[in-house]
Amino acid sequence: MEPLKRIQSTTVVINSSNIDTDQIIPARFLTTTTKEGLGRQLFADWRYLADGSPNPDFVLNQPQAAGCQVLVAGRNFGCGSSREHAPWALLDFGLRAVVSTEIADIFRGNSLKNGFLPIVVDEATSRWLLEHPGAEVHIDLTTSTLTLPTGTAITFPLEAFARHCLLNGIDELGYLESKIPDIQRYEAARVY
Amino acid sequence: MSARTLFDKVWTAHEVVVETADTPAVLYIDLHLIHEVTSPQAFSVLRSLGLPVRRPDRTLATMDHSTPTSSEQVFGNVPIKVDAAAKQVLQLEKNAAEFGVELFDMRDARRGIVHVISPELGATQPGMTIVCGDSHTSTHGAFGALAFGIGSTEVGHVFATQCLLQRKAKTFAINVEGELRPGVTAKDLILAIIGKVGVSGGTGYVFEYRGSTIRDMSMDERMTICNMSIEAGARAGMIAPDEVTFAYLKDKPRAPQGAAWDEAVARWRDLVSDEGAVFDASIDIDASTLEPMITYGTHPGMVVPITGAIPTATASGTAVFDKAMAYMGFHGGDAMLGKPINVVFIGSCTNGRLEDLEAAASILKGRKVAPGVKLLIVPGSQKVKREAEAAGYAQIFKDAGADWRESGCSMCLGMNGDTVGAGEYSVSTSNRNFEGRQGVGARTLLVSPLTAAATAVAGKITDPRSML
Repeated sequence: MEPLKRIQSTTVVINSSNIDTDQIIPARFLTTTTKEGLGRQLFADWRYLADGSPNPDFVLNQPQAAGCQVLVAGRNFGCGSSREHAPWALLDFGLRAVVSTEIADIFRGNSLKNGFLPIVVDEATSRWLLEHPGAEVHIDLTTSTLTLPTGTAITFPLEAFARHCLLNGIDELGYLESKIPDIQRYEAARVY
Repeated sequence: MSARTLFDKVWTAHEVVVETADTPAVLYIDLHLIHEVTSPQAFSVLRSLGLPVRRPDRTLATMDHSTPTSSEQVFGNVPIKVDAAAKQVLQLEKNAAEFGVELFDMRDARRGIVHVISPELGATQPGMTIVCGDSHTSTHGAFGALAFGIGSTEVGHVFATQCLLQRKAKTFAINVEGELRPGVTAKDLILAIIGKVGVSGGTGYVFEYRGSTIRDMSMDERMTICNMSIEAGARAGMIAPDEVTFAYLKDKPRAPQGAAWDEAVARWRDLVSDEGAVFDASIDIDASTLEPMITYGTHPGMVVPITGAIPTATASGTAVFDKAMAYMGFHGGDAMLGKPINVVFIGSCTNGRLEDLEAAASILKGRKVAPGVKLLIVPGSQKVKREAEAAGYAQIFKDAGADWRESGCSMCLGMNGDTVGAGEYSVSTSNRNFEGRQGVGARTLLVSPLTAAATAVAGKITDPRSML
């Protein structure tokens, strides 16, 4: 995993709540056995028309979405299935972070393990971002802050260990493997 | 020691390294269930790092999501229709052989939906930690296990270390009292709970379902309840094990036997929340007033009693509500009863067990599926299939005009080609009514097996109490 310290980007807004992982990547694309190339199918049922052509009304097909790294969405983003294909698809498309008032647990965990930032903000900040698509925001992981173009800086919650791993590009598996002696002791002590 | 919750007891017993402000806990996993969809990338990681599966004896593989349900494709040497699905199935066979993991392959008599087969084998046991790359792993909490869904990276972590890095969740008591009325089932209760808690009300929590209503339930019913915890945002839902749990598990192939059984039961009896244990949140539900429930929108929290009408707006905001109504082709104020439907699906890890099929058979016996309606019935496992055939339910289904299949996830998520057409209405006993869940443009309404069967017979949304 590449270290992630700062993101400077305009935003793309999908103003819907409860965007579930079946929308982010529909189940019929989960027959893959790799992580690569899922960006093509990101939001497939919203992004493409029945004939397979891009839906011009969907924001990710519009010119202002090109190069955007920050997605702003309504509350409870990423609910539903545990498919890690959701953050894989978002990352493969070129996004690096999602901002919402609430982010589902499993999606949040999967995102952090792949260097995709789940950023939870207060209602007022969320409303401002939803109402200002294309706003240039600055995300600084070293201070856990999101700065709006108005100059307002918001601190977002981020678990210390996850932050450490993201900042240093550390894979959690390495840390877990360093605990193998503890795991062996635990297994030996279990009576059943 | 102060009073502890069931969750706290199971959590503490599995802490290899306790959590600190800077580091999450290292949590030991007793049972790792895997399937073809979320495991291939994790096996690839092992291969690239040259690591083995640390505890193949605590790992169990099956195939369910992308597998066909037609007998010809499962047993008749007819190739799997979906190419990519065939490759995924083959990949799991290769991975299981290479890493020494026990696999119930396509023709194995023990195969089925992962959350159906582990309990029926007795592999799921009270007090265990159980994970699977599948959000409905919460099902196993019905046995007093701490069971939750994980992503593929975490599947790799468990493969390599038998552990996960976890922060301790908060606890949420769902207190349910009163007797369910005839025609009102566990499915209706959990839909009502989700409607009340909301689809994100459980985020950050582990639910414990408590109270007389829960204690009076069978294991099949308890599994239906715990299965849908994730639809309220809770990664796990638990029910304290009791005599019903022990009777279910006794003599199951992988349950402890002989003296080990007695020791296990003695240990399991402690797996209850102590008197006075404090939960971080709680809610009280009166089960005696509930009616059969049905969803009308595009998430499981958009739910009303079947005799009711669609609300004219919801708390989640008008734009969101309007979008859901446009997708469903419904309007605020519409009555649910009498709406025409196209497809009925009975099955899934939520409602694909024997009691669910028994309920469907009780309605379908001597009746016919309405002309123009397709009724697909998919047992949760091959064992459920055999039992339903032995009990005569399968014949009732076939006589009614239903399509009776081999086991799998099937039309719950339509990965295997069992899909609902664009714009069609599907009344389904599954767990998610998300846009496109059962097929591109498919419109899903979640219900109990009783309501599904009654609706299939009438060809329109029907209160099952009219056919009991």
